[in-house]
Amino acid sequence: MKKVMEGSMAISDSIRMAEPKVISAYPITPQTHIVEHLSQMVADGDLKAEYIMVESEHSAASVVLGASACGVRTYTATAAQGLLYMEEVIYNIAGMRLPVVMTVANRAVSAPISIWNDMQDSMALRDSGAIQLVAENNQEAYDMHIQAYKIAENPDVMLPVIVCVDGFVLTHTFEVVDTIDHIEKVREYLPPLNMQYKLDVNNPYSFGTVAEPSIYHEARYNLSNAINNSKSIIVNAANEYKEMFGKYEGALIDPYKMDDADTVIVAMGSVLGTIKDVVDELRESGKKIGVLKVRSFRPFPSDEIVNALKNIKNAIVIEKAVSLGKGGILSCEIRDALYQRKVNSVNVNGYILGLGGRDITPQNIYDLIMKAEKEENIDGEFFGLNNELLNKVF
Amino acid sequence: MPKTTIKFDYDKYLRKDTLPHIWCPGCGDGIILKSLLRAIDKLQYKKDDVVITSGIGCASRLPGYVDFNTIHTTHGRALTFAIGIKMYKPRLKVITVSGDGDALAIGGNHFIHAARRNIDMTLIVFNNYTYGMTGGQSSPTQPYGSHATTTPYGSVEPPFDTCELAKAAGATWVARSTSYHAVQLEKLIADALTHKGFSVLEVITNCHISYGRRNKMKSPVEMIKYQKEKAVPNRSAVNMTPEELTGRFKTGLIYEKKDSLEFVEETYKQLELIKQ
Ligand SMILES: Cc1ncc(C[n+]2csc(CCOP(=O)(O)OP(=O)(O)O)c2C)c(N)n1
Ligand code: SF4
Ligand SMILES: [Mg+2]
Repeated sequence: MKKVMEGSMAISDSIRMAEPKVISAYPITPQTHIVEHLSQMVADGDLKAEYIMVESEHSAASVVLGASACGVRTYTATAAQGLLYMEEVIYNIAGMRLPVVMTVANRAVSAPISIWNDMQDSMALRDSGAIQLVAENNQEAYDMHIQAYKIAENPDVMLPVIVCVDGFVLTHTFEVVDTIDHIEKVREYLPPLNMQYKLDVNNPYSFGTVAEPSIYHEARYNLSNAINNSKSIIVNAANEYKEMFGKYEGALIDPYKMDDADTVIVAMGSVLGTIKDVVDELRESGKKIGVLKVRSFRPFPSDEIVNALKNIKNAIVIEKAVSLGKGGILSCEIRDALYQRKVNSVNVNGYILGLGGRDITPQNIYDLIMKAEKEENIDGEFFGLNNELLNKVF
Repeated sequence: MPKTTIKFDYDKYLRKDTLPHIWCPGCGDGIILKSLLRAIDKLQYKKDDVVITSGIGCASRLPGYVDFNTIHTTHGRALTFAIGIKMYKPRLKVITVSGDGDALAIGGNHFIHAARRNIDMTLIVFNNYTYGMTGGQSSPTQPYGSHATTTPYGSVEPPFDTCELAKAAGATWVARSTSYHAVQLEKLIADALTHKGFSVLEVITNCHISYGRRNKMKSPVEMIKYQKEKAVPNRSAVNMTPEELTGRFKTGLIYEKKDSLEFVEETYKQLELIKQ
């Protein structure tokens, strides 16, 4: 059924459909609406789950770790400082191979304090072993959470999945979302969780024990393999979803107007909507330009990206995060993928935009395209700086 | 008609360029800010000798508005930053302002350990029974049965009593006031600042926006009335039965222990010994 929904409502509604048994969260802007909706659903009996209130994100992540180890479906959500505070536990959830699903309402990190959107928070977790999918709009946020459980709980994966949604831009805006009418169909898509290894008094296992140097290396290798191999499972989850619910927003990547393009903008998340509008206009005026959406940031779809980009001239990477001391993150990984596969004909330029919630307007995108096509070797340049402010802020 | 105006020059302590503040009209936090300024003024502390740290929350916005050495840190950690400062420069007057969530939920661990060490500084807990800044979720001081966005049908958890907790953990000066009792508040802040050891002052403050309107007190006036009616001076409470005290809270000095071992002094004493 089509409804006008706030992003947070769409997310909590899809979580309701996925029927987790344990939810735990600590409030933080801009995640709050999601967990408030969920606690209301639990209190009203619309979702049969335990909603466990905790005193911090560290505890929230620990609660879902514990519950997940018992073999039940779980959910948590956070943002920014909250995610950084969860980090220790998320590494553990991944290491223990537990299929926790969580939302990150992407927000800038301190200091200085900002409650507004960028992607620095989830980027900090990129090496944790958690799968990271990034939603472009509220519809995709809805669909992606249901797919996230399907991916996480696949016996060959058994990893946490972080669904990234841009704070405020998606969480607090209203869009038409086509929701699933019958929970039975979701149950069919997402059968009950059945974990091979779990805490069970009749068949005891131990999680997270000490691994001597003689075995730790192999444990990490298996973890690394699991996340790398999850690519095909992410693709299957998207395809099966399309078959059952008629919705498809891409799997690992999603090309847009890329046939015959010689310039392609690569990005993640809600900024893609603005980019596509600009690209539509430029297409009308005859410019051969397209967009590549990266939907799965971890695992990183190197082959797919290289295949999509190998015949184009300019790749302009737009990102809302920075690896301080290095430069662009997404652009660096794309360049690495191309280099490794010996494709050196693509001019990759990476730009940092919109940190701490600065609007990225169609005009910004347009100006950037005009500039970037003439540049080379740009590795995470801050675009749109107000130079007058530079010596006024620390 | 005789008119009494209390003349106090707040401006000299305010960072006017950071105003207007973010607090909602009718919020109790401004009353605490002003009481703090009057107390500091009364004690004639030099501005440069005062340090105020805070975590995150509505209460924690306070340091941004006042012209002392201030640091606005991460949620729950305000006390630990303060401890670092105090240990390095013991002569500074170090004050931490913290919300009930900041001090007792995410920062609860630091609260008990600062109290245990009896470090010579002051913690002012702005207790509005909720996470004001994030829109009114359940906090560890939320009264049993009251409503928050994450407890739509009422809380089933028993709340912390900030003062009892502080005392049990080792704080050597513990008191409570409210944003209604501004005169008492000013005096208690001054006493807290002059106490040697860890002093904890809980201030019941009104948040009609995130707490009151979910709990049949949608205006600041109703909340202030609540503070006035529910407060029981500690000396009167002694003669009251537990039943009479239900739903009410004690105000004034709750606990004081003088001449206890103090952390900074002990540490520096030991350093001297080691040097010899
Ligand atoms: C690590 C972390 N988690 C969560 C938040 C979000 N957050 C900001 S303020 C706040 C609660 C504030 O409540 P309280 O400390 O009682 O202060 P009040 O706003 O009520 O004065 C929360 C949960 C955060 N900033 N950092
Ligand atoms: S939300 Fe509550 S505590 Fe925060 S400024 Fe408004 S009234 Fe004050
Ligand atoms: Mg509070």
